[in-house]
Amino acid sequence: MPWLVSAFVLITVAGLYGGLVLAPTDYQQGDSYRIIYIHVPSAWMSLFIYVVMAVAGAIGLVWHIKLAEIVAISSASVGASFTFIALVTGSLWGKPMWGTWWVWDARLTSELILLFLYLGVIGLYGAIDDKRTASRAVAILALVGVVNIPIIHYSVIWWNTLHQGPTVTKMDKPSIHVSMLIPLLLMALSFKFFYVIAMLQRARVELLQRERNAQWVKNLISGSK
Amino acid sequence: MSSMQEFFAMGGYAFYVWTSYGLTLIVLLANIIIPVTQRKRFLRSLALKQNRQ
Repeated sequence: MPWLVSAFVLITVAGLYGGLVLAPTDYQQGDSYRIIYIHVPSAWMSLFIYVVMAVAGAIGLVWHIKLAEIVAISSASVGASFTFIALVTGSLWGKPMWGTWWVWDARLTSELILLFLYLGVIGLYGAIDDKRTASRAVAILALVGVVNIPIIHYSVIWWNTLHQGPTVTKMDKPSIHVSMLIPLLLMALSFKFFYVIAMLQRARVELLQRERNAQWVKNLISGSK
Repeated sequence: MSSMQEFFAMGGYAFYVWTSYGLTLIVLLANIIIPVTQRKRFLRSLALKQNRQ
């Protein structure tokens, strides 16, 4: 854990310094483009975490592995947070550049649906008292929602409305300068580290609550007195 | 000093850029603070129960 946190801090500081200080001002968007360093990594994380959650849910569903169930539900709140960040920073970027906070563009709408899927998972899990049953229900919901992931990814290609197309993951050569790309990749890595750290914090609570009657929890409490 | 001011001005986009970064910071901090306090509170309540038994 201390190793994880120090790696996270180092990468984040380097990414922020590179993105906010070293990277040049964009010739079209001025400094407003610097929102990219949190907007794009958050959006990537919102998809990545969803897939992790669905896969962990499926593993829990098939092999009844408790740890997979805990990883799945502990990912949901972090994923919802990144989706929220992607939507809000997108809005804050859209206002000065597109002249609007929100449009019902395919990319924006499908990302909003992703937020509702995350909230649905969290709500459903909270509504069922037996956590093993809750995990099964949540896994099925998460798996059904996976259909939304390729829709989000390809939305900018299938429906060419307002949101711009991909610039980084283009097969030939990314259409972004390397001095802007490196901080972006650093921030993406930083958010991955953050996800692991935050998910583990959530998982510790989840595990304690599930195993409240287990001997190791009792030992933990009498040991801390 | 003027370069510092320039940095915070973000070429006139200060509001949009710093609101984005500030909000992100708040949301990410909450993702750490909430589970940590929940765990501590839960452990305390379990300890209380165990003492009563």
